[in-house]
Amino acid sequence: MTSQRPQRVKTRRAAQPVAVPADRVGIKTLLFKIVLLAILDAFAVIAIFMAVAKDSPLIAGALALVTLLVNVVYLKRGWLPAKYLVPGTIFLLLFQVFVIIYTGYIAFTNYGSGHNSDKDDAIMSLQQTNLNRVPDSSGYPVRVVEGADGLQLLVEIDGQPALGDSDDPLTPITADEAASLSILQFGQLLERQQELAELAVPVSDDPAEGMLRTQDGATAYPYTSSLKYDKAQDTMTDTTTGVVYRDIGTGAYTAEDGSELMPGWAVNVGMDNFTKALTDSSMRGSLIQVTTWTFAFAFISVASTFFLGLFLAIVFNDMRMKGRKIYRVLSILPYAFPAFLGGLVWAGMLNQDFGFINQTLFGGAAIPWLTDPWLAKLSVLWVNLWLGFPYMFLVCTGALQSIPNELSEAATIDGARPFQIFRLIKLPLLLVSVAPLLISSFAFNFNNFNIIYMLTNGGPRIQDSDLGVGSTDILISMVYKVAFEGANRDYGLASAFSIIIFVIVAIIAVISFKQTKALEDLN
Amino acid sequence: MKVTRRTVLSATALAAATTLALTACGSGSEPAASSAAKPSSSAPASDATLSVWVDSNRAPVLKEAAAEFTASSGVKVDLVIKDFGKIQEDFLRQVPSGKGPDITIGAHDWLGNLVKNGVVQPVELGDKVNDFQEVTIDAMSYDGKVYGVPYSTENLALLRNTELADKAPESFDDMVKAGKDSGAKYPFLVQVGTEGDPFHMYPFQMSFGTPVFGQNAEGGYDPSKLELGNAGGEKFATWLAKQGKAGLFNTNIDADIAKEKFNAGESPFFITGPWNVEDAQKAGIKLAVDPIPSAGGEPAAPFVGVQGFFVSSKTENLLAASEFLTNYIGTEAVQTKLYEAGKRPPANKAAFEAASQDELVSSFGQVAADGVPMPNIPEMNAVWEFWGVAEADIITGKAKDPVKRWNDMAKQVESAISK
Repeated sequence: MTSQRPQRVKTRRAAQPVAVPADRVGIKTLLFKIVLLAILDAFAVIAIFMAVAKDSPLIAGALALVTLLVNVVYLKRGWLPAKYLVPGTIFLLLFQVFVIIYTGYIAFTNYGSGHNSDKDDAIMSLQQTNLNRVPDSSGYPVRVVEGADGLQLLVEIDGQPALGDSDDPLTPITADEAASLSILQFGQLLERQQELAELAVPVSDDPAEGMLRTQDGATAYPYTSSLKYDKAQDTMTDTTTGVVYRDIGTGAYTAEDGSELMPGWAVNVGMDNFTKALTDSSMRGSLIQVTTWTFAFAFISVASTFFLGLFLAIVFNDMRMKGRKIYRVLSILPYAFPAFLGGLVWAGMLNQDFGFINQTLFGGAAIPWLTDPWLAKLSVLWVNLWLGFPYMFLVCTGALQSIPNELSEAATIDGARPFQIFRLIKLPLLLVSVAPLLISSFAFNFNNFNIIYMLTNGGPRIQDSDLGVGSTDILISMVYKVAFEGANRDYGLASAFSIIIFVIVAIIAVISFKQTKALEDLN
Repeated sequence: MKVTRRTVLSATALAAATTLALTACGSGSEPAASSAAKPSSSAPASDATLSVWVDSNRAPVLKEAAAEFTASSGVKVDLVIKDFGKIQEDFLRQVPSGKGPDITIGAHDWLGNLVKNGVVQPVELGDKVNDFQEVTIDAMSYDGKVYGVPYSTENLALLRNTELADKAPESFDDMVKAGKDSGAKYPFLVQVGTEGDPFHMYPFQMSFGTPVFGQNAEGGYDPSKLELGNAGGEKFATWLAKQGKAGLFNTNIDADIAKEKFNAGESPFFITGPWNVEDAQKAGIKLAVDPIPSAGGEPAAPFVGVQGFFVSSKTENLLAASEFLTNYIGTEAVQTKLYEAGKRPPANKAAFEAASQDELVSSFGQVAADGVPMPNIPEMNAVWEFWGVAEADIITGKAKDPVKRWNDMAKQVESAISK
């Protein structure tokens, strides 16, 4: 633990002298600070105005609060830790805490296919989609007229003008009356589109004749609604069959026989998603298989990349090795390759009939690298090794170079053989600094979505899996399939899975860090 | 010390500024739709803005069309360019938040899902319905109502390299024979991929008399009548296993490889859509477009896909949106322009007539006339999930008993639908 202590001392030493002469901050510094804050505040004010204009008081309020906080922190004398911490904290809240809380919230809802919005939207949409044009009706040419209380429709039926609005059915008027009306032009209607969209004029007192509605302001058609919404009772009634649909708390209007009206809306479903994720019989088989493979994949990936990286680091660290620099550069190259691109390129190279590996390296052998369950697992691990070892190589090189040479010299004098030096002296010292990185690497590979998605997309598929998972699917790629592919998108269930994954990774990390503490005590 | 502190201070302030600037951008880039319909007394229509999502291919034409529309109606059109593959997902999530567009471009097979989630509303075409080809209106209909304005169709056909094969094959066996006689490396090409490609296999499946769903009285697809597992389906499975064994279908040939081999002149036949025509011509292949030959005796009808425009259920610009779609995008003039940009047969009848002077377009159109719209009911998602993998298993011989594998798949689809 030699590496951390000096650092801490350094920061403390740095903080003290600055805190005292803060009074004597130069005029330039002050000016600079004010200009920066002014720019910041200007942006904030624009943003707040925009938020208000878009009816998002919550965002506007949060913005105002954050801006105020930033101003206070940087204008106030002292408060040095806050000056350092505020920007980072803002980012942390925005990109980490908010995302976690939101995922947590979704996990307790049935947000997904058919439950995509709130109840008002569902009611609006149900009313929109259940308007039926009166059979065999033709369109009426209409004019939209400014009436005493809102818009009216002027229709000419068989040469006879008639006028009506949402409350009063069409009533005949004389030609003179019609001529005296103020007819709205398209341009004027554009200003009142919402009103126009809501305008529905009963053709007569007989509801079966329907209500006239116009989408384009020039032609109206009579519609009847096959679904009647009763606001007081909160029910939907099918006017043709008489079936009553009620809100029974499941996020959709439901009839006695269990049939639902779609769209529904998202509601809180308590622990349902978690229960389903862990106990649903159609998922259990896939879940056990996928979890096992996820652990194997993450563990083997970390182990293989670490040992290859370490091996290369030791080899290239040896002074007797010639051309070390070139080798080092070459072995870092895969690290410069975006992971998803690497996955794509390797998928092409591993193609059974046309890929470079089979064609050139194996002389045209048809080895099913990506379509045999076990070979596909091997391919995924191999490509991940290719992508991942440079990182470990870099880390190990750095760590090895920081181990004083005197230690191994002393050990040699004491009669230790090279392997003993490595195993008993270098490796433990190395692990102290590298172990936390191994843990984070494990967490990263546990959720290494890119490589799976790009290389095999989880395939080859397991035939009897109802979730559509395959032999190389890891938990996170399975979550993706639950959320975005397949018959029903289920964001709620996917969020529940994400939280379960989070808990698993957190537990493993905590245990491992405890273990590393023990390593530190070695010194 | 002082320097360090100053630097740190300015850096932190900058960082904070960026945070807020980011937030500002976030709210600034939203479509301005919600603030568009502000009541103002007498000003001519100027602050109504339609926000329209398009993909990058169609954007240039639409930009031109939108400018003309703005000039004639006074409605501004704000085109937002999106990746076509992402539009459905983004539309589903953004419309409920009130931040979606007024209009989006889309494929007709999304429709069921869009309706089920309440993000689109019916469009009243009135008598203009008759201006469009019937198959396109059928495709854009759900539960008997039209939900969008169609603008083009897309379907598979048989591309023939006329230098390697001089006449259209009569049947599948005929095609294989002609392909082998031509001396080319592959008798014919079709993309399959490791997870199967039921869209490209569908014409052959149809030639055995096996659609996916039966139809209800109104002509829509009925999810309760799954036809996949019928007798024809079993025959198709057996046939597919045989062809897979003979190496005629190959799961290692994906879209890119099939295209590359055909453009290199390594096969006389290529079952594909209009999207590959331009590149083949660029590669110097002399093309003819033929109907897909039947394997099972009945016509090998491909799925017809229809592209069109949908109106958001939460639009506050319904008048402008319907004006733009029905009286503008749907017209012959604009559809002809869209055709010239994308080379897809237009949905508008008059525009289609005009476009049919191009022999390739009219051939694709003729194949489409025998085709059926791809099902647009949301249950179709469950079918895609299991269908292709089963076909891939049968082709590779991984499934020892093709008929059983096929029927298992049909059962899986059925249980997924009934969930």
